Formats: sequence, C-alpha cells, structure tokens
Amino acid sequence: MIEVDNISKTFGDKQVLEGVSCVFEQGKINLIIGGSGQGKTVLMKCVVGLFEVDKGRILYDGRNFSEMSFGERKPIRQEIGMLFQGGALFDSLTVEQNVTFPLSMFTNMSAAEKRDRANFCLQRVNLENVNKLLPSAISGGMKKRVAIARAIAMNPKYLFCDEPNSGLDPKTSILIDELIKEITEEYNITTIINTHDMNTVMSIGEKIIFIYKGKKYWEGSSDDIMRSTNQELNDFVFASRWMKAVKQHF
Amino acid sequence: MSNTLYEVGRYSVFIKSLFYKPEKFSIYVRQVFREMVNLGIGSLWLVALTSAFMGAVITIQSAYNLVNPMVPLWAVGVVARDSIIIEFSPTIIMLVLAGKVGSNIASEIGTMRVTEQIDALEIMGINSSGYLVLPKIIAAIIICPVVVIVSMIIGITGGWIAGDLSGVVPSADYLKGLQNQFLPFNVTFAMIKTVVFAFIITSVPAYHGYYTNGGALEVGQSSTKGVVNSSILILIFDYILTQLILA
Ligand SMILES: Nc1ncnc2c1ncn2[C@@H]1O[C@H](COP(=O)(O)OP(=O)(O)O)[C@@H](O)[C@H]1O
Ligand SMILES: [Mg+2]
Repeated sequence: MIEVDNISKTFGDKQVLEGVSCVFEQGKINLIIGGSGQGKTVLMKCVVGLFEVDKGRILYDGRNFSEMSFGERKPIRQEIGMLFQGGALFDSLTVEQNVTFPLSMFTNMSAAEKRDRANFCLQRVNLENVNKLLPSAISGGMKKRVAIARAIAMNPKYLFCDEPNSGLDPKTSILIDELIKEITEEYNITTIINTHDMNTVMSIGEKIIFIYKGKKYWEGSSDDIMRSTNQELNDFVFASRWMKAVKQHF
Repeated sequence: MSNTLYEVGRYSVFIKSLFYKPEKFSIYVRQVFREMVNLGIGSLWLVALTSAFMGAVITIQSAYNLVNPMVPLWAVGVVARDSIIIEFSPTIIMLVLAGKVGSNIASEIGTMRVTEQIDALEIMGINSSGYLVLPKIIAAIIICPVVVIVSMIIGITGGWIAGDLSGVVPSADYLKGLQNQFLPFNVTFAMIKTVVFAFIITSVPAYHGYYTNGGALEVGQSSTKGVVNSSILILIFDYILTQLILA
C-alpha cells in the first residue's frame, strides 16, 4: 500500500500538483486518470521519487519515502518496477540484457540464473525468440512487453505504468492491460497506472483517481464513474459519443 | 552572465554527483574498458589522417618562413617537432576529438534523457550520472594520452615525408633537427594538457546531454552546445595551463 499525503509540486512558478492525497492499494489496479497535461506523469514521478515534492509525504507500506536520502531509498527502489511511456529500454542492450540489467546490478546471480530469470519474465509477457534482438528491431507493443518483463525481473512489490497503451492498437492495448492485471493479482503487487484510455478504465480499473489541473477532483470505482455527478469527471469520461451511449445503457 | 553562473554551478553539482558510491565495481570496470575501445578505435583513423596532413603542412610552412641564410635548414625539424608536441597534437587533436567524441556523448546521453532511459536507471536506484558518465571520463583520461602520443609520432613522420618528397627539407636535415635540443618536459606538458582536455571533452558534453529537456530537437541543441563549450574551454585552459606551467 502506498499513501500519498497532501503533496504539491511546482516547476518554477508553475503549480503542477496541489495538495494531492490518495491511497494505492495492494493487489489492485489503481488508476490515475485525466486529460493530457493535467499532471498524471508528474504525480507518478513524484511518488517514485524521480521528482522531489515541495510539500507532503509519501509512505511505502508505512515507510516515509519522501524524507529518505538517495542511499536510504535504495532498498525501496529495488521493490519498484516502472513501465515508462515509451518503454525506455536501453537501446544499446539486447532484449535479454535489458531484462537481466537490474539482476546484474543488484544480485549476485550467475549468468545461467540470470538467463533463466530473463526467459521466465519474457515468457510471462508472451515473448519468445527475441532475446538477442536490439530494441530498435522490435515493434512498439513488443517493446512495452519487454519493459514489463524488465520491470518484474526483480519481483517488485510496486508496479508503476505510465500510459502503458499509448501508441498501441486497440487489440495490443487490451493484451497489455490484461497482462498487467494478471501480474498484479498473481504476485499481489500494488499497481498504479496512468491513463486516459477509457477502455482501460472500464475493463481493469479497480480504484480510480481523477486528476484535473493538478488536483484530485474525484475518486471511486469504475462503477462509480457511471453514476458520478462530478462535472469535470463527466466532461473527461463522456467526451466521446461512444461513452455517452454506454452511460445511457448503464 | 547569471546564466553562465547557473550553468557553472549546475555543472559542479553534476561532477560531484558522478562520484557517489557505485553499485557494482566490476560493472564500472567493464564499462571503462568498453569506452576505451570505442574511443581509441573510433578516433584512430581521424587522428592519423589529421596528424599526417598537419605534420606535413607545419613542416612545409616552417621551411617557407625560415628562408634566411642565418637559419640552418635543420631548424625546420626543431620547429616542426616542438609545434607538434607542444601545441598541435594535444590541442588541435583534442579539439578535433571534442567535435567527434563530444557530439557523440551529448547525443547519446541526451537521447537517453528524453526517452526516459535515465529515469529507468534512477528508478532502479542506480546513480545514473555516475553509471553513464564516469566510465567515459576515466576511459578518455586513459586513452587520450595514447592517442596524442600516436598523433605526435604520425605528425612528425608526416612532416618528414612531406619535407623529403617535396625536396623542401632533406631527410638528413629534418632528422638532425629532431634530435636537437629536445626537451622531454614538453612531452610531459603535452600530457598534462591532454588529461585536462580529456576531462573537458567528456564531462561538458555529458553535462549538456544529461540536462536535455524536450525531444529530438533539444538533443541536437545539446550536442551543439556540448561541442562548442568544450572547444571554448579547451582554448581557455590551453592558455591557462601554458601560463601556469611554461611562463
Ligand atoms: N520537468 C518539467 N518542468 C516543467 N514543467 C513540467 C515538467 N514536467 C511536466 N511539466 C508540466 O506539468 C504539467 C503536467 O504534465 P504531465 O504530468 O506530464 O501531464 P500528463 O497528465 O499528460 O501526464 C504540464 O503542464 C507540463 O508542461
Ligand atoms: Mg503523461
């Protein structure tokens, strides 16, 4: 469980997050939803410590992450897996080396053990026979899957995904969503996903937080969304004619 | 001006961050070797070509300028040798490398920044600047002196061949000049300069790459800034070191 307690973040004189509080629950898919540029990525990067918050606290299962130094954070960092928007695979390393990278850095596994673990993780994301390829040689959807494999290589307790299906076709998007959901339940991970994809929201969202102009405007479940009377949320969710139709039949 | 101060301050913080305790020493050692091979092999051809031609030009120009019955022809050998050792090989070759190596480093690290590969390292708890940049600096500090020595040898040989082929400086005169009044300290001085320049051409472009903000366009800008600033710094430090050590 991750508790975010009243955090704020400014860049220069631009307030990007303002007093955001929320709880991300273990074994569940926690979604951060909102339009582009509303602060979802910044919120996620504050939670994982890639940005320092100006104010507020972040607790990882009770451990006060925001007060820790770089060195003190290391053990928690190794419990975090993150899937970046573009995959962020190391482009000078092969697919297999990408997955074994954290293992080489932080464990004393032998080469054979690392290869086994990499194969296990790659199979978990349904990838085979790509071990020796460079990231430039595989498709966008495959990159995302390799990035998931790398993120789970160290058996994370917390998994962060920034727009996991941006730039993917609808079918691949659904595969990625389902994969994340399966992994979350299988390993009882605290998973946090940033998205503006209503498909994801309706199919795998369990706990949902709506961010608008850097503030939390709403939170609830995917069923609650249908009944919500929050104006900003409705403007976001029911922007498409298709979603409006869904609401009418709900 | 305040912008320059800001950059200098941030550069200092960046350099300090490189020395945070590494995760796994063996991995860093392997990175250093990889970078040494990249840098050495990657610049050999360019350095050889530049040195051979510049050696030839320096020799023929010196001969052309020393048309005076009072000055013996072997003096050309002395002038060529000293200009190559003191100035040409350490400074000009390192300027050439600043262009090649600098743009390479800035764009590599800049791309890693804008594609979030640096964030991916940080999220794992790895000190990204130390992991990515320190091996490059160490590799350059080890390999650049070798490259510069090779450049000196090729440059002096180039001058010899050009002088002889053109008939401007006969072989015997040139070789006599080479052995005349040779100061080994000049080579030491050249090595000191090389090490300082090696630090500049790796750390400055790496710094610009590391703080890239945006996309492909900004990576290009960082690369340009990296090359321009490291070239300017080489010239400034060439002057400072010459003042400090030779004056
Ligand atoms: N490093 C940064 N420096 C300055 N402003 C930033 C930075 N990162 C994000 N922002 C600004 O913060 C706002 C929220 O961005 P972001 O969290 O990326 O939005 P999104 O919800 O699409 O993920 C945007 O207006 C963006 O311009
Ligand atoms: Mg975003």
